Amino acid sequence: MSASLAAGHVLAGQVADKQSGEPFFFWLLAAVSVCAALGMIFMRKAVHSALLLATVMLSLAALYALQDAPFLAFVQVIVYTGAVLMLFLFVLMLVGVSSTDSLVETIRGQRLWAGIGALGFVALLAAGLGNAALGDSTGLKAANADGNVIGLARLLFKNYVFAFEATSALLITAALGAMVLAHRERVEPKPTQRDLSKGRFLSGDHPGPLPGPGTYARHNAVDMPALLPDGTPSELSVNPIIAARTDTVERHSDLLGETEEEAAGQDVAAVRAVTARAEDAGAESRVVKAGTQAAGGPAAGTDAEGEAGQ
Amino acid sequence: MSPGHYLALSAILFTIGALGVLVRRNAIVVFMCVELMLNATNLAFVSFSRMHGELDGQIIAFFVMVVAAAEVVVGLAIIMTIFRTRRSSSVDDANLLKY
Repeated sequence: MSASLAAGHVLAGQVADKQSGEPFFFWLLAAVSVCAALGMIFMRKAVHSALLLATVMLSLAALYALQDAPFLAFVQVIVYTGAVLMLFLFVLMLVGVSSTDSLVETIRGQRLWAGIGALGFVALLAAGLGNAALGDSTGLKAANADGNVIGLARLLFKNYVFAFEATSALLITAALGAMVLAHRERVEPKPTQRDLSKGRFLSGDHPGPLPGPGTYARHNAVDMPALLPDGTPSELSVNPIIAARTDTVERHSDLLGETEEEAAGQDVAAVRAVTARAEDAGAESRVVKAGTQAAGGPAAGTDAEGEAGQ
Repeated sequence: MSPGHYLALSAILFTIGALGVLVRRNAIVVFMCVELMLNATNLAFVSFSRMHGELDGQIIAFFVMVVAAAEVVVGLAIIMTIFRTRRSSSVDDANLLKY
């Protein structure tokens, strides 16, 4: 009698627990979350890992919703994806987005053995799950009869009320701990503007701003050093990060020419072309303004420039 | 879907998290992997809750989330402090206790 009752109960549970489209969503979310988790541990940049972790957490929230836990699904989205991951991203920004892992193994064969250990652990868990008599799920229709939130609140404020109070103590301790750890004691007085100015001049370095790139050079791109009055390039004028790039010479090979003479020859040709155009324009203006005394001015000027160029 | 499917997914995610903790050197990524492991156990709790028809599993998952949030706050503050003094967030550089 009791056996048939239990069987009827399980049958009712199966029927009550059925959700349409659950297999489709389960397999979709499982594939997404496992792929994102694998990507998270194999991505080299920490920001990419954080974004993939957000994907895993959102799909887990959907899986909670699929399993009759709507309150936990929303808490997952708000607390994990909203608060915890944003905290992670803030810390990443403070530490530096470009911080990547070094690929040097400090313990030899660590990755290999970690992989083997992970495979063994999965096999262990699979064996445990395969041996366990899980049966079919009862479903939460009865427990959620008054609504998921009301059921949870009943449990939380009756059976688990002491754990709930202990949690508040934990949260206060965590907040205090974060404040203590993030606090930095100032051991010397804050430097005033006068102190900063004195320090700048007393150090003996150049007190003003550094020269800008490309000044008086034949090209004013940011990777061209400024030319000093005597024609030598100034190393101070180029950002060291840009100066460290290796392909600068290749990208300016057309500008520089093969040799210095060639480059200078190109320059002279360019100046001649400009002066020739100016001469033509001057001739046209002379034609238009024929008979005026000032007409000879520009022509004389271009002649002088052409001589200087040669 | 039987609870076994959800538990298997939870086990796989937990293992991926553990593998990440073992393999990665950046302290922040190691921390993210710990979070992944906590989330995987939460999935198992929710599945058990549904399997038994009781809400206790969901309550425990809720407590796990609260503790994880507190842990993240303190852990990230520690990582920031270490980064401030050592200019590095690699777990290999914090090895003073080794000698």
